[in-house]
Amino acid sequence: MDEALLRSLTPRVLGILVRRGADFAAAEDAVQDALVEAVRVWPADPPRDPKGWLVTVAWRKFLDTTRADAARRRREDLVEEEPAPGPTPAVDDTLQLYFLCAHPSLTPSSAVALTLRAVGGLTTRQIAQAYLVPEATMAQRISRAKRTVSGVRFDQPGDVATVLRVLYLVFNEGYSGDVDLAAEAIRLTRQLAATIDHPEVAGLLALMLLHHARRATRTAPDGSLVPLAEQDRSRWDTRSIAEGVEILQAALARDRLGEFQAQAAIAALHADAPTAGETDWVQIVEWYDELARLTDSPIVRLNRAVAVGEADGPRAGLAALAALDDALPRHTAVAAYLHERDGDLATAARLYAEAARRAPNLPERDHLTRQAARLNARRGR
Amino acid sequence: MAKYLLLKHYRGAPAAVNDVPMDQWTPEEISAHMQYMHDFAARLEGTGEFVDGQALAPEGTFVRYDGEGRPPVTDGPFAETKDLIAGWMVIDVDSYERAVELAGELSAAPGAGGKPIHEWLELRPFLTAPPTIRE
Repeated sequence: MDEALLRSLTPRVLGILVRRGADFAAAEDAVQDALVEAVRVWPADPPRDPKGWLVTVAWRKFLDTTRADAARRRREDLVEEEPAPGPTPAVDDTLQLYFLCAHPSLTPSSAVALTLRAVGGLTTRQIAQAYLVPEATMAQRISRAKRTVSGVRFDQPGDVATVLRVLYLVFNEGYSGDVDLAAEAIRLTRQLAATIDHPEVAGLLALMLLHHARRATRTAPDGSLVPLAEQDRSRWDTRSIAEGVEILQAALARDRLGEFQAQAAIAALHADAPTAGETDWVQIVEWYDELARLTDSPIVRLNRAVAVGEADGPRAGLAALAALDDALPRHTAVAAYLHERDGDLATAARLYAEAARRAPNLPERDHLTRQAARLNARRGR
Repeated sequence: MAKYLLLKHYRGAPAAVNDVPMDQWTPEEISAHMQYMHDFAARLEGTGEFVDGQALAPEGTFVRYDGEGRPPVTDGPFAETKDLIAGWMVIDVDSYERAVELAGELSAAPGAGGKPIHEWLELRPFLTAPPTIRE
């Protein structure tokens, strides 16, 4: 059975139920039930019209639940079995679901969970595993998120930027369980790009594709991090890079620059360099300047200091770094790297060790500890 | 989306404001305390922020490897150990600020006289998975 097809139908089926007058929370539950039923029934008895099948089953499940609820409340709400077709939607249903699930009233973790379930068609269990929380906790997070957005009108236009932030989070954070979150983020962003014509959606899709292309080379077989400069570039996924670059170029040509396009441009310059030594750092610094204008993020200025160090030498990088708050995450790691490039190994070793103690994740901590150990061993000789 | 460990100490934390040992509370005060802890965990389940909570026995054993073919050596418990963990709760929250807020609420659990213990809880962030996009 084609599970990708099944899950890609999720937002459209859900959109149809909501258009027919089902409230979002109940419709979402009904679609999940229908997906479970499809997984059970389709292998032996594949439907000719998968979407029609899902709509029929989900609508029946919605009616069953509604009738049971109504009976329990001893009310006599009559629900039409075959609803009249609603007015032609002005905005695509799938797009509306993205807006709803990323609604600004939701916290980031709630928006991520709701998007993965209602748009992505993942089960609560799969989402719980991806974020290492108990299934009961994730179920509560999702039902609470549904209650939060229950008052939001479905045809209300939303903000693409909030949707992009949620998809970026799905791509960038989380654990690898049964579900490949990075691949799922790419699928959802690709689906969004097919729904709305927006240069930043294209920019984010390009950014994801360009980073995904390097995935196999980012970690060694023992799980340790491999820095960009040491990655085996012959193993980068050239198809994914070519697609990312093409999407990015089309977006940039429209002259409506945004932060995701700028980030993707930096990733494209890295992808374009046959060796680390041939990286066009001068252009990368220029893109970081653009990015700093667009976001004013201290993380961007930190990464810019690294790029300046490569373009104009470690002293210039350290000067750029000196202007930044040293409490920033990875500030010490960047300082260690630039001091090493500058030949001050004692300072670099000390800073690598300090950066390791402050590292927010285990692979980064191990990597920084190894850097400190490498320099200490060399100095000891 | 970050996980934090809330550590409750038998020993090793600064003294609580309402620092009366539990065996000197009234049975009703103990019940009220237990109910508060239970309600707190249930509320966090409801908000989708609860991951785990466990209590530990106060006495443990130290164990170490003692060489090939030999059984591990055990030692302790040591009455003089400075730091002693009573239990923990793991939460999954959107921000450090939210983690501090929840730790503050947990520290308000009632103790002697039905008044908040103001117990010091230790808040420790989990190391995460590395982000995909680093440069």
